[in-house]
Amino acid sequence: MILRRVLLRLLTTLVTLLGVSVIVFVTIRVVPGDPIAMMLPPGATDDDIDRLRRIYGLDRSIAEQYFIWLSGVVQGDFGTSIQTRQPVLNLVLRRLPATLELSIMALVIAMVIGGFLALTGTRLRGTRTEGAIDVTNGMALSVPDFLWGLVLILLFGVLWPVFHISGRISPNLTSEFSTSFYLFESVFRLRFDLWLDLVSHMFMPALALAIPLAAIIGQLLKQSLKETMHLDYVTLSRTKGYGENHVIIREALPNAVLPTLTLIGVQFTFLIGGTVIIERLFSYEGLGNMAIDAVINRDLPLIQGIVILFALLFTVVNLLVDMLYAVLNPRLRHA
Amino acid sequence: MLDARGMIKRRLGLRLWLSGGWLLLLALAAILAPWIAPHDPLMQDLFTSRLPPFWMDGAEPGYWLGTDSLGRDVLSRIMHGARVALIVALIAGTATALIGATLGLIAGYFRGWADLVISRMVDIWMAFPPVLFAILLIAVMGTGLTSVVVAIIVIDWTRFARVVRAEAMSQGAMDYVASAQVAGQRRLGTMLTEILPNVLPTIVALLTLEMGIAVIVEAILGFVNLSVSTDSPTWGGMIAEGRASVHRAWWVLVFPLITLFLTVLSFSQLGEGLKDRFDPVLR
Repeated sequence: MILRRVLLRLLTTLVTLLGVSVIVFVTIRVVPGDPIAMMLPPGATDDDIDRLRRIYGLDRSIAEQYFIWLSGVVQGDFGTSIQTRQPVLNLVLRRLPATLELSIMALVIAMVIGGFLALTGTRLRGTRTEGAIDVTNGMALSVPDFLWGLVLILLFGVLWPVFHISGRISPNLTSEFSTSFYLFESVFRLRFDLWLDLVSHMFMPALALAIPLAAIIGQLLKQSLKETMHLDYVTLSRTKGYGENHVIIREALPNAVLPTLTLIGVQFTFLIGGTVIIERLFSYEGLGNMAIDAVINRDLPLIQGIVILFALLFTVVNLLVDMLYAVLNPRLRHA
Repeated sequence: MLDARGMIKRRLGLRLWLSGGWLLLLALAAILAPWIAPHDPLMQDLFTSRLPPFWMDGAEPGYWLGTDSLGRDVLSRIMHGARVALIVALIAGTATALIGATLGLIAGYFRGWADLVISRMVDIWMAFPPVLFAILLIAVMGTGLTSVVVAIIVIDWTRFARVVRAEAMSQGAMDYVASAQVAGQRRLGTMLTEILPNVLPTIVALLTLEMGIAVIVEAILGFVNLSVSTDSPTWGGMIAEGRASVHRAWWVLVFPLITLFLTVLSFSQLGEGLKDRFDPVLR
């Protein structure tokens, strides 16, 4: 039963990915601009252009190109970047860790802030503080990460310059790493000097990504907590003499947290989508920043690779959330 | 209870007035920009480059919010940028609502293969990072107002389709719809006369939110230099300039940012307010 559901999900995931790849493929090939003409110096002859076009397979029909590309992808070959002449897979995999680390850091920040707001709001329900939290949440929610990023740049980059506002790490430190997972590696090797430098670069973009999500978490979790607090078992634990903090955190929270977790899953994909412009804003050397450069340079193979990777990331996150939900929800577990 | 409702109503009223007022002010500034803007928004003058806003030392009279690195007046550029932003908000917002809501209605009410196709498309769309998709579309179509509008429609129609589909589905299961059909009304007629009026409040509220989103998308496209064109001022373009020279001339970033912030907040507050207005419980 569960196996069938998982297989079905995998199948729809595959269909979605194929759909994404077809759309990207067709879209970027309807482009009037010729990527080959842009690669060559102005003096290039028509023969040169034709030759290069053949090398990149651009002389064939769109359908043929698509199947050539697809059969390559199945074998792990995403083609060669036109701009840098390196394999797309290598370029993309080198940047992916930067984006993953940023997204995960943002997620953690969002959960901490959102959870704190929800718990404080529940503890102090009916007071002015709760009202203030509601208003703050509402505002944080309706302004997107791009604008929060700019606000943070002004506040903590210019007005009170405590954080770095561009790059992932100080340039002279990049040689210290042997993997692309800088943050994990610095923790793993106990190099807290590197870790500090990384965090002082990553905190601003991560916070910008986290603010809208934190507001959503704060709102929904507080709502579910409020509903749970009225249930009989919570009243019972109160009559047993437990303090308010214990009742909220130990009794109400475990039951109230489930809808929020599902929501976090969906919202996390939005957050990953947001990294594209946030990385640009903070000159952070991740996948999104590379994607925008690829679009501007009309690097077709690279664009395809990045978009597919993003789509893969989104669908995998959704899949994981569904499974996590099935594991955490007793009603589904025993179904 | 009555008091609580009255309080909510009063709060709503203030919120609607404030956000409506700001948008009206902005619309006036945009329409009248060619006549009331103090300077030509494109005029470069290196003698007036990076002038600070009026309350600071070294400010020149007439340049209220200062100038950018090319000596262009920030206030005039914000006013002219408002034209692009509001036109995009109106056209792209409305068109997205029309297309997305139509598809959502069809999927939610007719079900069957139409629903299957539309829902699958929504799933595929949800796997795209929207900003990257928009940038890609502009790169394909070239910069310009039409491209920006089309890009917004293409990336955001799902927002309407998803919500309207769910609404139409729940409305379609109600008795009044069944009775309309028993009375001999055609399916299409039922959709337009019975279902549509009931999902319209949702669509209007979403439309207001969408206008705010359209303004943001336009600003993001302007930020990566892919909006209307390089020589008409946009808030996004100003923000990109301001970001680049933020340590030398913060005002080039701050003023367009405040404008954008208030505009987006107003659209979303207006949307929330309208949603509550349509809510029969509060009404």
